[in-house]
Parts: sequence; structure tokens; C-alpha cells
Amino acid sequence: MNAHLPSLLKEPHPYPGRLIAVEGIDGSGKSTQLLLLERWLIAQGYRVHFTEWNSSRLVRRSMKRGKKKDLLTPTTFSLLHAADFADRLTYQVVPPLKAGMIVLADRYVYTAFARDVARCVHEQWVREVYSFAPRPDLTLYFRVPIDVSLRRLLAGRTKLKYHEAGMDLGLSADPVESFRLFQSRVLDCYDQVTSEFGLPVIDATHDIPTQQREVRTMVERMLRDYHGPRLSEPGDGGAR
Amino acid sequence: MTTPAERRKVWYGHGIPYIDISDLPGHLIVIEGTDGVGRSSQIELLTPWLELEGFAVSNTGWTRSPLLEDTINEAKAGHELTTTTFSLLYAADFADRLEHQIIPALKAGFIVIADRYMYTAFARNNVMDIDPAWTRTLFGMGLVPDLVLYLQIGVDELVPRVLEGKGMDYWESGMHLALGNDIFDSFVRYQQQLIDEYDRMAGEFNFVAVDARPPVDVIQEALRVELRRYLGRDAPRSTVGPSPRRPAARRRATRRP
Repeated sequence: MNAHLPSLLKEPHPYPGRLIAVEGIDGSGKSTQLLLLERWLIAQGYRVHFTEWNSSRLVRRSMKRGKKKDLLTPTTFSLLHAADFADRLTYQVVPPLKAGMIVLADRYVYTAFARDVARCVHEQWVREVYSFAPRPDLTLYFRVPIDVSLRRLLAGRTKLKYHEAGMDLGLSADPVESFRLFQSRVLDCYDQVTSEFGLPVIDATHDIPTQQREVRTMVERMLRDYHGPRLSEPGDGGAR
Repeated sequence: MTTPAERRKVWYGHGIPYIDISDLPGHLIVIEGTDGVGRSSQIELLTPWLELEGFAVSNTGWTRSPLLEDTINEAKAGHELTTTTFSLLYAADFADRLEHQIIPALKAGFIVIADRYMYTAFARNNVMDIDPAWTRTLFGMGLVPDLVLYLQIGVDELVPRVLEGKGMDYWESGMHLALGNDIFDSFVRYQQQLIDEYDRMAGEFNFVAVDARPPVDVIQEALRVELRRYLGRDAPRSTVGPSPRRPAARRRATRRP
């Protein structure tokens, strides 16, 4: 049981499409950057499919019930996210990759490696659970200090979400303090993950256009040898 | 020979780092065996017997967690999940029961009787061609049980029992494997493969095999003999207890597979 399980994350995926993922703590601005990237790719005629962490219908009911009744433990929380991921992989990631499209993933397995481990789930276990996940062609990590993410989150709404603040861990009764403590752990885990998997880090304290320029440069480089399907008339944009 | 009280609980694999298992005086007893072999009927008889002898008993079963039950049933009704996704849901169900029911009951000194355990996932996933190492890692967050009682039967004896009972259902017949359109042929082939897996695991995981072909009361007595042997000096002194009332075939299972 102690031997490492071989992981698909360690080798390039076999599909003609391209998989791009963004990672970062809540309030890092990664979703905004991904949206801008999507607009740009579509404008160039690329065929794009977007998928988001924890969005499948499958586990919605369990997740809702678990959160409402505080039934979720770090392990069941982790496994429900893994089931969600496996389901989206089947229906939303692999088919577009096989069709040669570009898949944009808002969060990928590295989120589990950072968040679940910050919740004290076994580090190697969670990596092995996700060993069926294909490796993205590019994963961008948006690194931001806690205070900046906290400011961004609280500017948009008045309250932090229960799990986002790590309130389930009982670190502090004060949501803001709890967020600080929990997300610092997540940041530490992300630092470990980025070096372990060699993920490029983007300084997410920079302004939005600066970051987006950096993102597009990296994506352009990654797409150099990509010849997937494109709409015949590039430049006419389109909506998600 | 060590008595059960001296045995320490161990994780099967990586375990759950935030749970302390150093002081779990209870006993984790697993009843394994393929679909329709009569596990639930036997457990219904074991529970009052143990209680009469003064043991507190907690029952748990595959897919019975409040967190996952609806999701799993809904998913089964839809027939749209891959084996990997299903395995993760089963693992979530297992972890939920482990953390909220099994471990607290063991801490309180109960005998926990589990109707199916991780071996069910091992058998099914092997038949469905999922990497066995992955399945084992996944369930590596589980506790190794103290005793696995394996209700052993051949497919020839299983078929009439299932037909006299609740009949062959879609999942237990392995129709999801698309082995053919004939439910009988598919049942026989799928169950044979599952039984082969169980038989193979019996050696690897030290299952105590109990012949599941005889009438219910005979099987029950055999199970009680094994439990008494396991419990050693903690064991019930008398053999008086509720005796089997009805044959298994006429007991309708109220539980979903």
C-alpha cells in the first residue's frame, strides 16, 4: 500500500485538444482572467469549452445537504469533489479534448491538493485518488496574499462563505480571522503543489490587463503546435 | 493468542490523519458475500442474539449513509455514471458512515456489524476492469475490520435463491456491463466473476468462509460459532438466544442492494 500509484498527471494527455486550467485561492482573480482568456480565444475562432470545479448536478444534492446540516467531514468533502470531477471529466472534459477543442477549467485537481490537505486529508491519498486525471497542457497559478484576496471578496459581498473561510475546521469563531488562518494554510499547500508539478505562477497583485497579457503570452506559446478546429471566420467573437 | 481487546485497530492504507484510532475498544465485524446470498437475513438474527448476550450492536450497510443515499439511488436510476464516478460516490458513502457511525460506535465499545465493506468495491471494480491499485488506495482511508465473515456460495446455488427471493435486478445482473441482453445469462456470468473475486480475496484478507448453501438456521449457527471464537473471553457464555424463525428465501429484503 505504500508504493506510489502511477498518475496520469505526470505525463502529457493523448488527446488532440488542449486543456488549460487556472488555480488560486478565493479572491485571487483567476475566474476573471479565465473569462478574458475565453473571450480572446473565441474571438480568434477557437472552439472552446468551459468547465468549473464543483458544478455537476450529480453531487449537488449531497453537497447542499452536507453543508446545511454540517455533515461534511474533510474526507467526504474531498470525495464528493472527486466524484464531481470524475463526472465532469467524463462528460465535459474528455469529449471536447477528443474533438480537438480547447477546454478551460476554472480550478482543477490542484485545488483538492491544496484545500483538502489544508483540511488535514492525507496528502498522498488525495493525489492518488485523482491519479485518473489527465494533465493540463497549461495550469496557471494566480498567487495573491491573503489580505488582497480578503479585500476583493469583501468588496463584492458582505459575508464570507462558511467553507471558503474554513469555518468547518473551528480555527476561529470570527469568519475573517478563520479565513486568514485557513487560506494561509491553503496558500502554503499551493506553494508546495506549484513546485511539485512545475506550475507557472502569476503575480495576481498586478492589475487585470497586465496579468491578462501574461496569460495570453503563455497560452499563445502553448498553442503554437495546435491545429484544432476553428470557426471559418475568426474575429466575430461570440458568447459563452 | 491475543484477545480482541488487545488488538489495535489499523488503517487499511493512508487512513484519515485527523482521526485518532488508538482507543477503539469495540469490534468491527464485516459480513461479506455476493448479491442475494442472505447477508441481511443473517445480520437480522445475529443482532438480537448479541444484544441478548449483553453486547451493544450498531448496524451499518453499503450505501446507507444519510449524506449519499439519495445521490446514489438517483445516479443508479439514471444509469449514466462511469465506474470511476460510482466508486467515488461509494467511497464517500463509506467515509461518511466510517466517521459518523462506525468509529464513534467502536469508541463506545459497540460491536459494529457491517453489511458489506470495502471488499464489495474491490470485487466489483475488478470485474469492471478498474485499476485494482486505485480502488485499494481510494478505500485506504478505511479501518481494517477485526473479522470478516464471508458467506460463500456457488453461482448454481445462488440462482434459485435469488429467483425465489426478489428476483434478478438490473445491477445485480451486471446489465450495465452490457454482457448481453439476456438477464439470466448476464446474471450468471457477472455473479460468477464476482464470486471468483471474493474467493480470491478470501485468502488475501483472511476471510472466515461460512458455507451459505444450508438452511438459514444452520448458517446462523456457523456464524455464531465463528463470532464466539473471535470474541474469546468476551464471548457470550450461553448459546440461548433468539433462534431463526423463517427460511431466508421467504424473507423479503427491504434494503436496496
